[in-house]
Amino acid sequence: MTWETVIGLEVHAELSTKSKIFCGCSGEFGGEPNSRVCPVCAGFPGALPKLNRAVVEYAARVGLALGCTVAPRCKFDRKNYFYPDLPKAYQVSQLYLPICQGGRLEIEADGQKKSIGIREIHMEEDAGKLVHDADGTFMDFNRCGVPLIEIVTLPDFRSGGEVMAFLERLREILLYLGVCDCKMQEGSLRVDVNLSVCRPGEGLGVRTEMKNLNSFKAAGRAVEYERRRQIELLESGGAVVQETRRWDDDAGESFGMRSKENAQDYRYFPEPDLLPVELDEARLAGIRQSLPELAHQKRARYRRDYALSEAEAAVLTGHKRISDLFESVARLSGEPAEAARLITGEIMRLMNLTDTQPENLSVDAGKLSALVAFVSSGKINRGAYKETAEAVFLRGVDPETYIAEKGLLMLTDGGAVAEAVKAAVEDNPDAARDYLAGKDKAFGFLVGQAMKKLGGNGSPDMVREHLRKCLTNTPNR
Amino acid sequence: MRIDGALIAYLEDLSCLTLSEEEKTRLTGDLEKILGNMARLDGLDTENIPERSHPFDHVNAFREDEVRPSLDRALILKNAPGSGGEMFAAPKTVQ
Repeated sequence: MTWETVIGLEVHAELSTKSKIFCGCSGEFGGEPNSRVCPVCAGFPGALPKLNRAVVEYAARVGLALGCTVAPRCKFDRKNYFYPDLPKAYQVSQLYLPICQGGRLEIEADGQKKSIGIREIHMEEDAGKLVHDADGTFMDFNRCGVPLIEIVTLPDFRSGGEVMAFLERLREILLYLGVCDCKMQEGSLRVDVNLSVCRPGEGLGVRTEMKNLNSFKAAGRAVEYERRRQIELLESGGAVVQETRRWDDDAGESFGMRSKENAQDYRYFPEPDLLPVELDEARLAGIRQSLPELAHQKRARYRRDYALSEAEAAVLTGHKRISDLFESVARLSGEPAEAARLITGEIMRLMNLTDTQPENLSVDAGKLSALVAFVSSGKINRGAYKETAEAVFLRGVDPETYIAEKGLLMLTDGGAVAEAVKAAVEDNPDAARDYLAGKDKAFGFLVGQAMKKLGGNGSPDMVREHLRKCLTNTPNR
Repeated sequence: MRIDGALIAYLEDLSCLTLSEEEKTRLTGDLEKILGNMARLDGLDTENIPERSHPFDHVNAFREDEVRPSLDRALILKNAPGSGGEMFAAPKTVQ
């Protein structure tokens, strides 16, 4: 008998505002321990929080992009717990009236299109970082109060593939909106997976929550592992315990951390230190209008306006840095098709080769557009193009100077080409004979010989044309 | 609401407190009195009164997204019950 897997996600995204959610301390990642702390985020008695306007706008932007209803009125609640990562002994969050509810995100996984429901998005503050050693627990409160949104999905996922596809799409949207840098290694995007298994048609099983998923691939692997673990447990007569588990990606398994507290254990109550937030229609319309073009909209436009293939459009919109680069190169060169070929081909190859992440891409759009102009006007051949692209990417050279210095300009001087072709035929009378006897392969060989004489810079089309003429005029045809 | 031993034990657990028998008896009486007083509110007619979370009518008290200097670390750590180097310190929370 088969099992059905039911998965829901909670995604925490740190918002890239300049300052924290309730105080003016910098919200930037890192910094000397406890160097970005003030009485508000350190929870000093009597210090009062004041809400960062940008946090509300960023959260509303994400809500609108995910098709949520943005609440005309929302408020904050206190989630009480004893753990030293938040010195106040509570986290300011939103339980009863979150800012956004009820959205959707379309994904494509395992060749199937699917729509994943978004239950809600709420705003909250991040907690500090703890370091444990033999002497005790040590706290760095720099991250306390960094603004977070938590995106809670409906339990609509059935596989790790769907989870990964959703996370890819979500990251794409957050990056395009410019609200989160989505660096999982720095913890600015964190995913918790809730998973249970059940027999089809029967009620939902007991779920576990998995934390510490440091990459999308890790999330996919963790889902597969947990699904198998629960099925094996149930089939051997055991029972799944509702608990939080920690995923260890190196070991490829998860470990129980603590049994899940009930929601009421947090003793949520309305946050008395903060006033409710109201967003009227005019304000929302303003935010809606400021939404940038999103990846899926760009993909459609690239296909329509530039006649790019689906694969090219997908690669170019996979990361905002890539699509920004493409649009600059396309605009500056006026050759969108050639710009797309350059970026999806050479630039992606060089990024892979040098393990460059899109967010760290620093290649100059002006230089790439100059390179595009060279290739689209037929002034350099394929080899020179690749070589120059590499020099621009790795060393930031100016393509015009580089091409001139290296003598990579294609020879379009008809006389020189005719000369080289003639010499190639004279030097290789056997090949010329073979060709005339019907061996087509010999033609390619002669093109190669002529190219060699031109130092590799002959225009292949021109060489072929001259060679054909030259061989036709050869007397023993 | 009936305050019994189980509820007191639950509250002790939630608040990370250990109470003596004498304190438990006193707390039971106090809580019964507090909740009894609160229960008087149940008698009010709140049919047409919208739910509210704050005593004031104001909304949208925002600050602009601007970075302000944080407090000097030495000052921040000075008030902490425990510190070690640049960090706040607490008894070990994990095994």
